[in-house]
Amino acid sequence: MNDPIRRLSVVALVLFMALMGTATWIQVLNAHSLNEDPRNVRTLYREYGTYRGPIVVSGESVASSKEVDDSYGFQRTYSLGPVYAPVTGFYSIVYGRTALEQTENTLLNGTSDALFWSRLGDLFAGEQQQGASVETTIDADVQQAAYDALGDYAGAVVALDPSTGAIEAMVSTPSYDPNVLASHSTSDVNEAYSELINDESQPMLNRAIAQTYPPGSVFKLVVAAAALEEGYTADEKIAAPDVLELPDTSATIRNYEGESCDTDSDGDTTLADAIRVSCNTAFAQLGMDLGWDTIESMADDLGFEESIDVPLTTAASQLPDDPNEPQTAQSSIGQFDVRATPIQMAMVAAAIANDGVLMTPYLVDSVRSNSLQVIDTTEPSIFSNPFSEDTAAALTDAMVSVVEDGTGKNAQISGVEVAAKTGTAESGTDDPPYTWMVAFAPADDPEIAVAVLVEDGGEGATGGKIAAPIAKKVLQAALNGDS
Amino acid sequence: MATVSELRVHRGRRSEGWLLVLSWALAVLARGLVDYHADYLELDELAWYAAGFAGVLTVLHIVLRIFAPHSDQVLVPVVTGLIGIALAEIRRIDFAYAARGRETDFGTTQIGWALLGALAFIIVLIVIRDHRVLRRFTYTAGILGIVLYLLPAVPGLGKEINGAKIWIGVGGHSLQPGEFAKILLVIFFAGYLQTNRDALALAGPKFLGMRLPRMRDMGPLAVMFAAALLIMVNQKDLGAALLFFGIFIGMVYIATERISWVVIGLVLFVFGAIAAGVLFNHVGARYDAWLHALDADVYSSGRSEQLVRGLFGMASGGLFGTGLGNGRPDLVPYAESDFIIASLGEELGLTGLMAILTLYVILVQRAMRTAIGVRDGFGKLLSAGLGFAVTLQVFIIVGGVTRLIPLTGLTTPFLAYGGSSMLANWIVIALILRISDQARQPAANAAPKAEESGPRRRRPDLEEAPQR
Repeated sequence: MNDPIRRLSVVALVLFMALMGTATWIQVLNAHSLNEDPRNVRTLYREYGTYRGPIVVSGESVASSKEVDDSYGFQRTYSLGPVYAPVTGFYSIVYGRTALEQTENTLLNGTSDALFWSRLGDLFAGEQQQGASVETTIDADVQQAAYDALGDYAGAVVALDPSTGAIEAMVSTPSYDPNVLASHSTSDVNEAYSELINDESQPMLNRAIAQTYPPGSVFKLVVAAAALEEGYTADEKIAAPDVLELPDTSATIRNYEGESCDTDSDGDTTLADAIRVSCNTAFAQLGMDLGWDTIESMADDLGFEESIDVPLTTAASQLPDDPNEPQTAQSSIGQFDVRATPIQMAMVAAAIANDGVLMTPYLVDSVRSNSLQVIDTTEPSIFSNPFSEDTAAALTDAMVSVVEDGTGKNAQISGVEVAAKTGTAESGTDDPPYTWMVAFAPADDPEIAVAVLVEDGGEGATGGKIAAPIAKKVLQAALNGDS
Repeated sequence: MATVSELRVHRGRRSEGWLLVLSWALAVLARGLVDYHADYLELDELAWYAAGFAGVLTVLHIVLRIFAPHSDQVLVPVVTGLIGIALAEIRRIDFAYAARGRETDFGTTQIGWALLGALAFIIVLIVIRDHRVLRRFTYTAGILGIVLYLLPAVPGLGKEINGAKIWIGVGGHSLQPGEFAKILLVIFFAGYLQTNRDALALAGPKFLGMRLPRMRDMGPLAVMFAAALLIMVNQKDLGAALLFFGIFIGMVYIATERISWVVIGLVLFVFGAIAAGVLFNHVGARYDAWLHALDADVYSSGRSEQLVRGLFGMASGGLFGTGLGNGRPDLVPYAESDFIIASLGEELGLTGLMAILTLYVILVQRAMRTAIGVRDGFGKLLSAGLGFAVTLQVFIIVGGVTRLIPLTGLTTPFLAYGGSSMLANWIVIALILRISDQARQPAANAAPKAEESGPRRRRPDLEEAPQR
């Protein structure tokens, strides 16, 4: 009987090896996909149980984790919650993460491959794994000024450093307080979330990057850039009738409140003047003369029809698809199917401010491990070269005249030359118009480029009335901080 | 021809002593870690535990020196090592439940069960001085075993816990009679097969190059198969039936050396299992939960939730585990009993799980070694049968938890929380040690007196107890 016993003991061994095999499969080979499974609450609990790195703005934490005595171990808190909500997003036990909390998650929670050596250090030092801190490009003064300036309006402000693409402000109003969503009480979070999601003013919508609006007259900068690149000069005479009859239709285009932009009544104006007074008829005609393909190619170079990860993903700004002549005319003054995000329009301003070189916008400046060692620094990169330095200079001059003696006088800052362009776009038949301003300053050596959008400026609102004072405050905050 | 492999004769039980010290250190360290991570470390309490553990080990060691001086020296340290780890983990699960507001005291209760098990172990070793006396109870054991297996089916007595009908309620306590039935059936099979092995081994017709048994000898197989089917249908799962039938097939193979029995048995079982899956919804649902465990609808219906949560736990443990006290084993239902292996996998990692499985491998291989060493056929069948029973039991439950086979409600020997299993498995170890004591006796007094005048048989390696 000894031989079958020996064989049976081999069978027993084989059975145990099969168990070891499946254990290896579960715990090592297939562990990653099991750990990533959204139903695996363990991953969440472990994440909540480790120290999550802060999100830092100008040296201060705007999102940080504090140790608490409950089953999660750490409580995420947001100082100045609503001001920075579009940047930080929220970190919820029920609804997951958004914005930087989401895009930088593996760095913040310490599981990123980039933190391997830091983790190894923690292991040998016998310390708990700790997340890295994410330092943003946001300038606290500019962000706060923009938030305060928007006040009760629904709108957005984006401020860029034209020479690097660093995002110095990203504000969206009305905002929300991420602290209520980071609560460890599931019922509180559910209640707060459903309130926010059902709020008609959409407080959780990041209007700065995730929503597109008709840019209105601000889009004339793109058309003007295309024209200048096509050989037009700033002083060139272009047709500027009081009423522009559109071909193939009975529709017409008029200027704002039926005004004339033809000062000497000779039926034309200069390109620079058309920008200064924001002449609709001149740009509609110019757009038709240039042809849509030329404008579209310029707009695409400036980032339209493309979604960028800053690392928050921006909505792609839209252009009409193969428009006919009247549609081209409408599109050339930023109406019809042209829609842009505030960050897109800030990029247009930044390209002009930076001599025709568009830098890729970015929000994360650097990442530091818990031992304050720099893990990663964002190197500014060129997004595109949409137009020449001459074109940029011509547009800058025209934009300076907008502020000095045009639609953007409300953006004047004493002692600083400001370049700007206003926009007032129809939002619908009865709703108040969307008002815009893009601006940069100082005009000769720009330090900051901003785009301001206000959704509900009220009856008779224009970019010059509503958006310009906001842009001015943002510019002032940026320039004061640097001096 | 070497009839019996000679085993080295050890004087004293010094190796066992050292191994017991090792298992003691493991148990105390594990508990210390658990208490430390739960911020509950009280040194005097830990010292009492250490002293108590050491006391029990000393008593076990002394009992073995007196009542089974030649027996295997590895088995008891392996068992106490497993128990030491499990006691720490179960206590750790108590802490985890407490953190979520569920007051349990599995850890302390399990210490009581382990002590009771050790007591049963000692009693068996003292009462049964020669394993061959068990052969007298062959048929009694068989009938009792079947009755115990079927007890949970008795209305009013049987209880269904966690979807498995393998429990009976006695005076407010729950018992798993199947754990004891397992031992009785191995005794029955050993006795029955030892008597009838010649008939069962006789050659029948040849089929597909394989020598089949004679049809008229198929009777017992048919009866056992029917019993296994009955158990499966009754208990709503494959586990107990697979254990029962597997032990039978394994022991028939040892007795007859005929692979045809194994093939017939396996074919029958697979056929029966498939048929049961088709015929009975609850068996089919179990297969479904196994094959499609991670599918969204199967998971959300709750059928595979426990299994998948266990997998998540083990996956989060990874190679080295979260460390004792640092995981979340409480997220798996029945973390302290059915899913203790997932809890251990989570906190000790693959490394720890491999170590635990290796302890089982050692345990089983020592039982098999004992079977090879002992002279009488009944002892061989009994020891190998018990060893194989432990193998199958571990395979079925751990295989179920690791999704190798459908999940069933068997206990993990020495690890899972529960008294029946603890008691029964201590008795298994006592029986193996009793046989081992005989197998390893120095040659001078090894041969039992009654057998000395027995006639030489055709196969002298198969000496057996006298026929009655």
